Amino acid sequence: MSTQPTTLIPPAQIERNFREIAPALTEAEALFEANRCLFCFDAPCAVACPTHIDVPAFIKKIATGNMTGSARVIFDANPIGATCARVCPVEVLCEGACVEKTLMQKPIEIGRLQRYATDHVLSRGRDVLKAGAPNGKSVAVVGSGPAGLSCATYLARLGYGVTIYERKPLAGGLDTYGMAEYKMTQRVSQEEVAQIARLGVEIRTNTEVGGEVSFDELASKHDAVFLGVGLGATRGLGIPGEELEGVYDALDFIERIKSRDWASVPVGRTVAVVGAGNTAVDAVTQARRLGAERVLMIYRRTANEMPAYSYEFELAKQDAVEFWWQTAPVAVLANGGGRVGALRCVRTELTEPDADGKRAARVVEGSEFEIPVDVVIKATGQGKMKEWLTKTAGVKIDGAGRVAVNAETMQTSNAKIFAGGDCVNGGREAVDAAQMGKLAAQGIHAELTGERVEFAGARVILHESTGQIHAA
Amino acid sequence: MADLSVDFVGIKSPNPFWLASAPPTNMGSMVERAFDAGWGGAVWKTLGEPIRNVCSRLASIDTGPQRMIGLNNIELITDRPLEVNLREIAECKRKYPKHALVVSLMVESKREAWHEIAKKVEGTGADGVELNFGCPHGMSERGMGSAMGQVPDYTCMVTEWVKEATRLPVIVKLTPNVTSINPPARAAVRGGADALSLINTINSVMGVDLDTLVPHPNVGGYAAHGGYCGPAVKPIALNMVSELARDPEVGIPISGIGGISTWRDAAEFLLLGASTVQVCTAVMHYGYRIVEDMIDGLSNYLDEKGFLSVRDIIGKSVPRVTDWGNLDLNYKTVARIDHSLCIRCNLCHVACEDGAHQCIPFTEINGLRYPVVDEHECVGCNLCSLVCPSPGCISMVRLDDGTQPLTWRELTSRPAPQPATE
Repeated sequence: MSTQPTTLIPPAQIERNFREIAPALTEAEALFEANRCLFCFDAPCAVACPTHIDVPAFIKKIATGNMTGSARVIFDANPIGATCARVCPVEVLCEGACVEKTLMQKPIEIGRLQRYATDHVLSRGRDVLKAGAPNGKSVAVVGSGPAGLSCATYLARLGYGVTIYERKPLAGGLDTYGMAEYKMTQRVSQEEVAQIARLGVEIRTNTEVGGEVSFDELASKHDAVFLGVGLGATRGLGIPGEELEGVYDALDFIERIKSRDWASVPVGRTVAVVGAGNTAVDAVTQARRLGAERVLMIYRRTANEMPAYSYEFELAKQDAVEFWWQTAPVAVLANGGGRVGALRCVRTELTEPDADGKRAARVVEGSEFEIPVDVVIKATGQGKMKEWLTKTAGVKIDGAGRVAVNAETMQTSNAKIFAGGDCVNGGREAVDAAQMGKLAAQGIHAELTGERVEFAGARVILHESTGQIHAA
Repeated sequence: MADLSVDFVGIKSPNPFWLASAPPTNMGSMVERAFDAGWGGAVWKTLGEPIRNVCSRLASIDTGPQRMIGLNNIELITDRPLEVNLREIAECKRKYPKHALVVSLMVESKREAWHEIAKKVEGTGADGVELNFGCPHGMSERGMGSAMGQVPDYTCMVTEWVKEATRLPVIVKLTPNVTSINPPARAAVRGGADALSLINTINSVMGVDLDTLVPHPNVGGYAAHGGYCGPAVKPIALNMVSELARDPEVGIPISGIGGISTWRDAAEFLLLGASTVQVCTAVMHYGYRIVEDMIDGLSNYLDEKGFLSVRDIIGKSVPRVTDWGNLDLNYKTVARIDHSLCIRCNLCHVACEDGAHQCIPFTEINGLRYPVVDEHECVGCNLCSLVCPSPGCISMVRLDDGTQPLTWRELTSRPAPQPATE
């Protein structure tokens, strides 16, 4: 990326562009919002949360001024609660289920209240979780993303010696390197990582398992291993010119932004992002914020089929992104200097829905056209780490390249190895990974000690009535 | 448009909304601004021997974001010279001849003192006097205020003294800090009172500062109990007003006071027997301007219900207040949940489960879990409908046909069944 095109707008403007889109609530706002919560019983928001945080409980505690207690309720069920407060797709999870949405068309701002409570303790370095008495056993956690951090936290709470192995310089995985900067900065993920480290979890960064340290060494040194390795590199476009200077992987692009060294981020006057998922939205919105004059989202189907959440789509619309629906790239063309100069595309048409209701995109013959662009960003989804998982870690994967696990215990084909997060579910939200880390900690503990524990939010518990409906 | 004017023991007022004796009626310029805003009457802040106040004086209780649902104060009667107040009262009455101007009084328990102040007030042209036998803090420690109202004989005696000295209508303002409100009310009637006003404030400690550990309001590290008022006291006031309205030994007009903030509150006091209402806390919170909606709302209510005058609703609900023993034991309602309005917050379920009679289990409708009432077990207590946040979702449905009423009095006065004889 030596001759990369950099931003054209002043750094002060970029700083403004990257201000948080959901800023911290003031005390007055938080109290008002907390008091608006109905304090539902068997609350739908807590059911909808993948980690089943007792949402009404933590909100009620905000209302009573019990901030430490509020944060404890959150971190008890989700060790990366501060991250999730910022990056969760709340409109399809807790806030989407909020009964106030039904009643008033305005759900309680659960995400921002969760941030308010977690900020309170993180910013003060006040620990709300305690490590268990050492039980003499140790577990290796591979990968320090949401799944690994979560698993490590619960294991530390049970008294395990936990070592996290992370190949990157900073811990946190996608929390640290993959979140849109206007949603969450690295400071938050690092505060959260520090909180987990204070439980006695050892975090060895710059340490690749299968590189600096062998998997076998790990497996022999520890009583169990948790795999939270995530997914692999972004899939290629499989078209000519993909190797040209100026074609980037969306995750690399997003990771560079995390440094907030704006001048180091490659962004041209015209940026084409291929794909229409949530990562593609992160790429287009941030390219705009960095100063790209035109940002194009290239997608072979229509807005109806786009995988991004509607909230994310709205963000892209607000940033005046151009949507090139039913458009597929066929070649990246070089300019005179050997860099990206244009993207050659074809138009597509959608077939009639098949038996599953899916509509395929079919190329329209003779529809080729070229769009002059400076940068092409691939946001076509990450591949799986099949090779590493099967050869290095030696666990079984399913047909889609995901680690095969017991859904309750997260145990893999190797009884000593457990897994969770994107490498198991194929790529979902941080909160889903956090829940898998929790289940895996329970599974590991059961495997190593025979004792069953159940952490907060391990499963949905709906109360039964004491009475039965009287027979008429 | 309904007629809102009232004649309260000869005191004419364009509407039943008066300002209570309190900070909002501290001086002439304030009362005049209040009259300009639409208030029909005002009771001037209590005159007496000018006092020295402490700082601070007020504390409140909030509920969620709603500020000041209850207010407490340790302020005393007027701190202004008597002559200044009397001059301003006279000026105010001259400028606003059609408004009701009543003067609250409190002096030491001496016949001459009461005679003197009553005569002075009569000289101003004011429409009436209100005897402050209710103030529960500060003045009561000096044998005044509620110290008068808590002893029926004193209430009667001082009322007589004032009646001896003036031909103005005398309103006796009662303290709620008594076991039963009827004895002091009857004593005031015996003493010749023309009307009653109630309630004055309730003894209260508002809370404790959890950092300093000093209760509110803090006066140099100490606190004293104060007088409690505001929306939170309304139910207590409504009870006392209705108790007196249905007491045949009382039988004189009542000016209702206690937590009145809106026309709805006012209408409830009028229905339970008050002929005028007095307001303080709501004005201290939002200003004199609130009277506009009180007038507008009450007027629209009367029009929509077909009443030609506000006088037509005074006391209209009093016959509906009775003793528990006269209530129909056979009256039967049950809760019914309209699932099209249910938002599945399950507050009815947990309230019934932990606070009532365990008769709202769950049922599944279209794959979703909904609360449903077991009507055989429901005792019709209302709790679920009270906690339900969705308007109209839970209604109480009458099940009996009203043909076999039975009261506890009837039940217990029936002759015991005789054993069957051969």
